[in-house]
Amino acid sequence: MAKFTLPANSRIREGKRFPAPPGARRVKEFRVYRWNPDAPENPRYDTYAIDLDACGPMVLDALIKIKNEVDPTLTFRRSCREGICGSCAMNIDGTNTLACLKPIEEVKGAVRITPLPHMPVVKDLVPDLSQAYAQLRSIEPWLKADTPPPPDSERLQSKEERAKLDGLWECILCFCCSTSCPSYWWNGDRFLGPAILLQAYRWVADSRDEATGERLDALEDPFKLYRCHTIMNCTKTCPKGLNPAKAIAELKKLMVERRG
Amino acid sequence: MDARDALMVGTDSTGKPVRRPLSPHLQVYRPQITSVLSITHRATGVALAVGAGLLVSWLLAIAEGPAAFAEAQAFFASALGRLMLFGWTLALFYHFCNGIRHLVWDAGYGFDLATAARSGWLTVGAAIALTLAAWVLGYAALLG
Repeated sequence: MAKFTLPANSRIREGKRFPAPPGARRVKEFRVYRWNPDAPENPRYDTYAIDLDACGPMVLDALIKIKNEVDPTLTFRRSCREGICGSCAMNIDGTNTLACLKPIEEVKGAVRITPLPHMPVVKDLVPDLSQAYAQLRSIEPWLKADTPPPPDSERLQSKEERAKLDGLWECILCFCCSTSCPSYWWNGDRFLGPAILLQAYRWVADSRDEATGERLDALEDPFKLYRCHTIMNCTKTCPKGLNPAKAIAELKKLMVERRG
Repeated sequence: MDARDALMVGTDSTGKPVRRPLSPHLQVYRPQITSVLSITHRATGVALAVGAGLLVSWLLAIAEGPAAFAEAQAFFASALGRLMLFGWTLALFYHFCNGIRHLVWDAGYGFDLATAARSGWLTVGAAIALTLAAWVLGYAALLG
């Protein structure tokens, strides 16, 4: 059931303030969501004033600077710092994106950073993604074919067949889209969400995959697919510029078309 | 009961169970044209259902007899009644136009962000224009 307010233990309080170093000229405030399982009080916003003249251009640069130089207790996921691993997905200034791809300059005023929305928090900016990963497993994201591959070559595709996978294979599973979707917020236990549905369509659209019927059968359910109401937050927020809403629409179309 | 509830319990570093917070969602997410028009579609749908009840009450008043009908007419002709009817027609035309937008989406078109924003503003504009046209025509008919 949809619950629009936060549970009592999740309401965010005002936290500590970390002033800018003396002599800083270009100061930007970062309001960062903090929660520590070893001191289980309510979450809080800690405010860090950072000198942009001594900081890289992206929000991730600021987070790393805070962790290295100001407050080593700050916890977040990051790895590649170039938008290909999907680790540093978080809500920055009200929309989900990758901290490594988000220029600090694009944010007016203080930069508010919270974990991916409507998720259980492990610590600070780290959400628990187990549910999303379980949902990914449920769609069996691998090539399924009864026909054996040719003995002396790969399974080949025409250029046109390969082109159908463009806009799908680029997904890095950062879950910015799923956690931006109000339907996923309210029904994420049963609705698969945009990231997983885009993956489901990626295999349906693959000319080498022979399990289309089976895959569509698995989505024929009031919740798994049809909780998508084309709100389009997913497409709007995707840091890779993909279009999960369109992929979901293609799935819905196939569902209708196969009924004949 | 929700399958996700199990994930709301984690452990601290000694392994003791701890109740985890839920990260903020509506509280922090920035409204955008697409999501605002989407929730408006639902809100106008609810408003139309309520408005349909009012319409039925008007029909019931006709069946009831001249006295009841006069009373109902007086209410709908009052400032409040007209305001409600205006809201109802606006909701009707918005829901209608956005319904067509959804139909186009369901056919697989109009998903790129620029088109979705443009079709959204077009829907808003068309709903306002149709509402004003209906009221101008209505008053023109009324005043002869």
